[in-house]
Amino acid sequence: MSRDKALHYSLKFLAGLSVSSLLFIIFYLVSESSIILQEVSPTHFLFDNNWHPTEGEFLILPIVLGSVFIAFGAMVLSIPLGILSAILCQFYAPVWFSKPYERIIEILSGIPSVVFGFWGVIIIVPLLAQIEAPGTSMLAGILVLTFIIMPPIVLIANNAFINIDKIQLQNAMALGMSRFSIIRYIIFPNAKRGLLTGMILQSGRAIGETLAVLMVCGNVVQFTGNIFDPIRTLTSNIALEMAYAMDLHRSALFLSGLILMIVVLVLILLSEKLETSTKSS
Amino acid sequence: MIILPTNRNLADQVLKFSSWFCGLLIIGFFCYLFIDIIWHGIERLSLNFLISDPANAGRQGGIAPMLVSTLLLLIICISIALPLGIACAIYLAEYTNEHMWFAKFIRHSLAMLASVPSIVMGMFGYAFFVIALNFGFSILSGALTLACMVLPFIIRSIEDTLRNIPQIHRLNASALGLSKWRCIFQILLPMAGHGILLALVLGIGRAMAETAALLYTAGYVTRMPDTVFDSGRSLSVHIFDLSMNVPGGEPSAYSSALVLVILLLLINASTHWMAKKIRHRSNK
Repeated sequence: MSRDKALHYSLKFLAGLSVSSLLFIIFYLVSESSIILQEVSPTHFLFDNNWHPTEGEFLILPIVLGSVFIAFGAMVLSIPLGILSAILCQFYAPVWFSKPYERIIEILSGIPSVVFGFWGVIIIVPLLAQIEAPGTSMLAGILVLTFIIMPPIVLIANNAFINIDKIQLQNAMALGMSRFSIIRYIIFPNAKRGLLTGMILQSGRAIGETLAVLMVCGNVVQFTGNIFDPIRTLTSNIALEMAYAMDLHRSALFLSGLILMIVVLVLILLSEKLETSTKSS
Repeated sequence: MIILPTNRNLADQVLKFSSWFCGLLIIGFFCYLFIDIIWHGIERLSLNFLISDPANAGRQGGIAPMLVSTLLLLIICISIALPLGIACAIYLAEYTNEHMWFAKFIRHSLAMLASVPSIVMGMFGYAFFVIALNFGFSILSGALTLACMVLPFIIRSIEDTLRNIPQIHRLNASALGLSKWRCIFQILLPMAGHGILLALVLGIGRAMAETAALLYTAGYVTRMPDTVFDSGRSLSVHIFDLSMNVPGGEPSAYSSALVLVILLLLINASTHWMAKKIRHRSNK
């Protein structure tokens, strides 16, 4: 075999090796969580009285809802903030402001989430405790998560605004459209797909965020709609209980990992679908 | 930056006002965060803090073992992820096109791998490296888990660099009768040097910011690690542990956070410098 052929095959092998971890991840999630799926009927996850996995009570629904509420709340806050500040950056601010501003956002997006979580524990939780005890609450989680996912959203929106059709923009200017109409009717529709894809991917990140949320949310398993109540998410459930989980309990945690993974995969497929439909149209 | 005409009307003014409001809010938050961390972090930060062992569960003493553990984690993680990443990127950029099923499979898998939640990655690392391969809670297990996490980002960055090398170089090489082997190792890889360095630094930044994946793989023993089979606590896990499990650990947590943020700022600055260099090169 020639040297070139050997190189080709070994590179192909290494490429396969680099993604093999994904197969292992899926294999472990499925095989470990199949134990509980075989022994416990799915109705337990929805209708048991509580989450006491060591005593055979597997009420996972409030934890799933906790994850959804917090991710949703953080998206609702960070999307308008992110898009508006990207608009500021691209269209309203002078260059001396927008250049350093972009840089600051970039730095913010690289700050570890544990630092935001720590800061949430020190500053946000006591602040909320003054409004309503105990302070460690769903709202604290939403705020901290907003700080974490907002900088990438600004970067995504910036990119979407830059990559628009220049000809259309020039035509609009030649027609004498006002600044607001150009942003509203030319730039926004143009950037919509890019924005949407980015947002979908970020909501995956919001669902998957672990320790920052764990640090500020209080981690009580309960059904609640009150944003001042403590709440537990799927990710923090794993992080809190993995250390001592055995048998069925352990399997239940892998099941919550599997749920997370499925949610994230669905979001990815959705964004890929959006992207390909843009290309073809 | 796109300069638009500035004829004012009410809607325009509202948008202008609200976007400035959001921008200033974010800047204000940023300043608050940084000043707060610097203000409280600088109190305990000294050379002694960096080179001494923690005492009293981290309330006193320094962070030397965490710095060493973090360094070991990064070295092992990168020395596995970078060669693998380069190989995979070369394969994707030089040997495949969009229509090959294997390339499609690899691309999809990488996209999924990039968005596996870090705690799920930690579970996998725990089940696979810690238990199945019997590495135990060790720096090695943590570093391997981190390597799985940063690999997709390293591959994407290097692949982009390779794809940005003008086609003419490959044509020249084949016109001169160079083998693909020589073309890759003597022309393309040297040209992609800066891009590889950029991927390296990006990977380090990501790995250093990671916490959740390390909890159940590298563990959180505060002792100085002797070998890579010892458990070791990274800087980010140290901050987590101090603020959650150690009452009165805040001053040390602040200083550790300051150290971590400074390290990441240095990384950010160097990626910027490198990216500029790459752009400068490709404009020539």
